[in-house]
Amino acid sequence: MDLFSNANYNFTKWRWHAIAFSALIVVLGLVQIARNGLPLGIDFSGGTIVVLKFQQPTSEEVVRKALDRIPGEKVVQQYGAASANEVLIRLPQAQATEQGTSLEQGARQVVDAVRAANIGAFEPISTEIVGPVIGKDLQRKGVYATLASILGITLYIAFRFRLSFAVGAIAATLHDVIVTLAVLTFFGYELSLNIIAAILTITGYSVNDTIVIFDRVRENFRTMRGASLESQVNTAVNQTLSRTIITAGTTFLSVLALYIFGGEVLEGFAFTMLVGIISGTYSTVFIASAIAIMLSKNETTPVAPAAPARAAGDRPRRRERRNA
Amino acid sequence: MTSNLRWKVIAILVVVALAVAAFYPPKDKVKLGLDLKGGVHLVLRVQTDDALKLETETSAERLRDELSRQGVSIGAVTPQDVRSFRVDGVPGDRDADFRRIADEWVGQVFDRASGVGGSYTFTLKSAQITRLRQEAVAQALQTIERRVNELGVAEPIVAPHGDGDQILVQMPGVTDVARAKEIIRSTALLELKIVEDGPAPTREALLAARGGQVPPDLEIVPGAAEAGNAQGTGPVYYLVKRVAGITGRDLRNARPSLDENNQPAVGFSLNQQGADKFSQLTAQNIGRQLAIILDGRVQSAPTIEGRIYDQGRISGSFTQQEVQDLSLTLRSGALPASLTYLEERTVGPSLGADSIRAGVMASLIGLGFVTLFMLAYYKLTGFNALLSISLNLLILLGFMAYIGAVMTLPGIAGFILTIGMGVDSNVLIFERIKEEMGSGKSARAAVAAGFDRVFLTILDTHVASLISAAFLFQFGTGPIRGFATTLFFGLLSNVFTAVFVSRTLFELILSRRPQAAKLSI
Repeated sequence: MDLFSNANYNFTKWRWHAIAFSALIVVLGLVQIARNGLPLGIDFSGGTIVVLKFQQPTSEEVVRKALDRIPGEKVVQQYGAASANEVLIRLPQAQATEQGTSLEQGARQVVDAVRAANIGAFEPISTEIVGPVIGKDLQRKGVYATLASILGITLYIAFRFRLSFAVGAIAATLHDVIVTLAVLTFFGYELSLNIIAAILTITGYSVNDTIVIFDRVRENFRTMRGASLESQVNTAVNQTLSRTIITAGTTFLSVLALYIFGGEVLEGFAFTMLVGIISGTYSTVFIASAIAIMLSKNETTPVAPAAPARAAGDRPRRRERRNA
Repeated sequence: MTSNLRWKVIAILVVVALAVAAFYPPKDKVKLGLDLKGGVHLVLRVQTDDALKLETETSAERLRDELSRQGVSIGAVTPQDVRSFRVDGVPGDRDADFRRIADEWVGQVFDRASGVGGSYTFTLKSAQITRLRQEAVAQALQTIERRVNELGVAEPIVAPHGDGDQILVQMPGVTDVARAKEIIRSTALLELKIVEDGPAPTREALLAARGGQVPPDLEIVPGAAEAGNAQGTGPVYYLVKRVAGITGRDLRNARPSLDENNQPAVGFSLNQQGADKFSQLTAQNIGRQLAIILDGRVQSAPTIEGRIYDQGRISGSFTQQEVQDLSLTLRSGALPASLTYLEERTVGPSLGADSIRAGVMASLIGLGFVTLFMLAYYKLTGFNALLSISLNLLILLGFMAYIGAVMTLPGIAGFILTIGMGVDSNVLIFERIKEEMGSGKSARAAVAAGFDRVFLTILDTHVASLISAAFLFQFGTGPIRGFATTLFFGLLSNVFTAVFVSRTLFELILSRRPQAAKLSI
């Protein structure tokens, strides 16, 4: 069986459309994020989450009423499958001072209030309390980790290929991060550590895909010496197209299984991955190489590899002889 | 089979055997994180200022005692803040003596700055501040560890966390969170002090007898009404010696017992040094009251009726549970500094079990999809991919078990990404082999060219991901680190399985029919 075995689509011809389209999407995403703010879950914003499991089916409305006596904002929602009778109650970071007992006061108030309302037997199955110090700490470290890893990858690609390629790969990666965050915001998911792990995973995928294509471009420098960069890149994208589609497709199916069967705890993680895989595949094919081409035009170094190394970015090309 | 090929097969079998040995039996070897298993996760902060304050106060006290012993009379010694104290009223003619004594007794730990008119300020040296803070955290860590162990938690984690003054405590399977937290947090500072006056209903009543001032060597400590065996119901106050005759450090053991009224109490015994001090103290103070003070509160103040050597009892209005918990915290030693909770997560065991079941089921279904696709698309060669991916997971599992890593949900995410990278590497290679065969090469030549050409691509993608995983590990916290660890080792083993193992498999197949022009791919 062969998919796209002799594919010859003119991807690079559409690169300006793609860049315009992506720019629009990214701007819309940023507006969406700016307007609603990033929906920080309690991992980052601090606060209290209590999940109660009732023996009898109990509506969110009844639970909400039971909590009326607790002042301030509360979120009550069904947790997991309807048949599980589980209700999630969330209190924002209140005036908790982190002084020992006061940190747990919110959780205890919730349990006491529901018990006092006498709406049926229940047990708390999970409690999460995150103080403001930890939340800030996690925010800071999450941002550092993401930036450092993106920077590390950029430097590596710049070293192995050339700077314009690295910029293309990173632009595509940032594109995926922003698109994913915007879609998460739109669907009301909250950022948690698990979702950050998912976002990091898809940046990994996206960069991976991009490197595969770039490697092929570099290989084609030798065989397509006279051709323009556009057609070299286009050939590379076509040559690796079946691989891109197969990899993205199988991963998508695995993650879809995770989304459908993985339960409440994994749902946000899986959803993030699904969005990221779609965005990552698109950005790999259309954005990374389009930006690399665009930036290469401005570089003074010609793309033809025959000349000896002139800049740091050219050095790795020498190893291509291995392939001869 | 050529000997070269034979050695490759042997090498692979050895790696497989090591991996299996490392994680077998999986129930014992693969540790599950709290998100999968259920239990309590706590992050605490050690209030290291407490340790500084203690050092400052006791040093001030020591200096004052020594000065009066050597006949240098001074005005007042007043603690300023947690890291400094002031001495006023040093007489001009004894200034040199004062400096000599001060340098000898506190000079190693404090910087001395002179003010005007016989006043001096002593401030903790910054190196000492660092040392005291580190010691406080290290001691708190040890104390908490002992307490958690005494609670009987299986496989607890007590470890430094974050930037210096935080401690992470994980207790799998613990359900009574409130009690566990209380035991961890209680300071359990036991002091036995001779009572000078009291009990009295108010502080003022005690002060009135002394002209409204607390003498420098005494202090006022509150206590429960029962502590004085008084009939009243309100709080009571005692005026006691500032310096404790006996502290928790002199304890050898503590256990639940009963007091004379058959009420729950805590019996304690002292070590040799403590017993010496205790017998001296009790012999000298027969007929006076001895305040038993726990965490700055008088629990009871019995009258000393005779010399006591090494046994004592703390009674109060305790429940059986309180007595047990108090014995436990006393045995584990006092915390050097108080603790505050920064984060708490409790996962019920049923929720944990649910998420494992769902996660495993989803992974199996996902793996099923991939298997079906690889077999349908690459036919017999699909088995190569499946074998190398399964081997990859096996090696990763073995490695995780070997380094004692804990499986968490983000860890499972790392496994899924590893499967993805495995599929990707195989697809890259197979597609390239197809391409090479399309250009008219024989099966053997196509396989060789496919592996050779794709190797550097695989190396590039893996190195980029390894870099990212390393940074995530360096800068990330908790779950993100778990993810980074899984991913890092998954990537390493994937290079081995996707390139070395898979190629060996091809060579094995082709070695049986070296002239084959076609492959089932």
